[in-house]
Amino acid sequence: MSGIKQKSLALYHWFDRRLGFAKPITEAAEHPIPRSSASWWYVFGSAAAVILALQVVTGILLALVYTPTARDAWNSLNFMNHGLTLGWFLRALHGWGSDFMIAIVLIHMAQVFTFGAYKFPRELTWIVGVFLLLLTLGMAFTGQVLRFDQDAYWGLGIGASILGRVPWIGGDLVHLMLGGPIIGATTVSRFFALHVFVIPGILVALVGVHVWMVLRLGINEWPMPGRLVRKATYVQEYEAEIHKDGIPFVPDAAWKDAMFAAAIILAIAACALFFGPIGPGGPPDPTIIQTVPKPDVPFLWIFAMFALLPPKLETPILLTAPVVAILAMLGLPLYAGEGEKHWSRRPVAVLMLTVIAVSIAIFTRLGQTEPWSPKMNAWSGDAIPTRFLKGRTPLEQEGVVVFQQMQCRNCHSLNGIGGERGPDLSRVATRLTESQLIRQVLQGGGNMPAYGDSLSPQETTALVRFLETLNGNERPAQNDVLRLTQGESAPPSAPSPVPPNRSQ
Amino acid sequence: MKNPLKELIKNPIVKNPLNEPSEHSRRKFLFQLALLLNGAVGAILAVPVLGYILGPVFKRNRSYNYWVPVGNLEQFPPGQTRLGQYRNPDTTPADGQTATLPCWVRNIDNKSFQVFAINCAHMECPVHWFPQSKLFMCPCHGGVYYQDGAVAAGPPPRPLYQYKYKIAGNQLLIWAGELPTLSTQASIAKPGSSPCLG
Repeated sequence: MSGIKQKSLALYHWFDRRLGFAKPITEAAEHPIPRSSASWWYVFGSAAAVILALQVVTGILLALVYTPTARDAWNSLNFMNHGLTLGWFLRALHGWGSDFMIAIVLIHMAQVFTFGAYKFPRELTWIVGVFLLLLTLGMAFTGQVLRFDQDAYWGLGIGASILGRVPWIGGDLVHLMLGGPIIGATTVSRFFALHVFVIPGILVALVGVHVWMVLRLGINEWPMPGRLVRKATYVQEYEAEIHKDGIPFVPDAAWKDAMFAAAIILAIAACALFFGPIGPGGPPDPTIIQTVPKPDVPFLWIFAMFALLPPKLETPILLTAPVVAILAMLGLPLYAGEGEKHWSRRPVAVLMLTVIAVSIAIFTRLGQTEPWSPKMNAWSGDAIPTRFLKGRTPLEQEGVVVFQQMQCRNCHSLNGIGGERGPDLSRVATRLTESQLIRQVLQGGGNMPAYGDSLSPQETTALVRFLETLNGNERPAQNDVLRLTQGESAPPSAPSPVPPNRSQ
Repeated sequence: MKNPLKELIKNPIVKNPLNEPSEHSRRKFLFQLALLLNGAVGAILAVPVLGYILGPVFKRNRSYNYWVPVGNLEQFPPGQTRLGQYRNPDTTPADGQTATLPCWVRNIDNKSFQVFAINCAHMECPVHWFPQSKLFMCPCHGGVYYQDGAVAAGPPPRPLYQYKYKIAGNQLLIWAGELPTLSTQASIAKPGSSPCLG
């Protein structure tokens, strides 16, 4: 037994005599860190690196089968899902790994921001980190394109539309992005090159720089209120702390990193096992237009902003906001490189982080529900609740048919069922008088199309008669107008069970 | 004890006594010359590399567009708007289905037509035609257009893109070949007139 031990030791020395890795690796692993930094809050960076390794490995395995052409990509993904042993699981690991990676990178960034760890002398570590975030998002977008399904196809259209808004060189940028005049084979192959060679290459190199700086400058100490960062004294104070009360990174702090990394990889594997691979969705055939394109979760908040920005400001905001946001993130450590690190003394920072996080969460949720979008099949699919049909005259019932036939339901819901683009019309008669209803239907306005061209006078009359019955058993708007014009005093609120216009 | 971290921050450049200029002025000059030579070689190589990368941009100066058929006239009855499709003129076999593109053909009176791009002018999503309400609706951000392509509601910054068309025998041809965006517009840039409803 000891013979084997001696032989392997000799082998180890043979290699280390030539490689010389042992000393620098041991020194890096055992470098002293502040005792306070051996915290569960400090595990996200290493977890992100471990997920990156998972993505690289699973990515290479997917590349064994994936065919990067517009014609075959979708088929090769389906072949992986259904025709290849455990192909679905590898795709699922890569897909869920991507979502986890973005989440962990964002949490890591929020933690570093909250703990003031970007301050002197770690400004450049933060700046490189900002580029790592952008590269991670770049991987998510290009990866979504490689899952070449309907969402990917139309998502490329959204990308082209944004580039097409750039003044002067917009057209050139569109062609550069697509690799040709339309979304096709050259588009898929260049996104493949970006996703597999260009971005990962830069990403891995910058991760190396990032980790090098963490080792070189030391892990941020746990912030204490009132303990200010000053460029003149910080390094001496930090050195003093790790000499007085430092602990070796391996194993005293690294066990938490390792535990957390294992838990995260296990969580990704569990998601992959239970929820399966992400897509592919419908085939990337542009002639199949019965589709509601949507980007992946990390980009839903941006997708939602496109619908909610004022149309006139959209292009200027689209072209300037990302630049401003990135410059702000890059400039943060240069602007606030000294001073307080503790969150309790940095209320503006905490408020900013909260507002940004809550906003992105709200916009993501809106992106999932898409209340601004007409519901394309509501006119043919959603029933009219019976209470809106009972006791209606033939003309009013004809109006119901017009209401459905003319796709009003795609934007207007009744009793909460239907599109949400326009207001719910269950009680529209309490808001608009007959003449207002006619004007609104025929001329549109307030973001509603005009129907004057597509409705006959007979249809208009029927539709408005039906809409006038939608008063929720309250006083119709018409009565208020009549009351005001006749100068009557307001009667106590007494909803009439039968709307007057129906008893006529 | 000297602190290496502090030393490195204070004085990051490593000094080497062998690197005194008097010792090696000729070799230093040759090294710099070699660097310059490499720079020149790199610059020369960069020309074809950039040309290759920017190929799709240079191609744009020649037109991507050609007359392509969208179907026989019988497919597009008068007074109706129907989905047509065409094979993009500039394709490779690897394009597969993506090179067959749809468009909306509106036959106004058998003499005049309007051929709209499928792409919403807002974010390129495919617009759906609803013949009953005579509206195009977009599934992405709520863009709505009238039958002549004018914006009816929502965020689109301009009317639907239109293709130039001509009739050859029994066939409807359109002048098409590139994805229409705000800067690479379909063949007719002039917006359709909006209906007078006032």
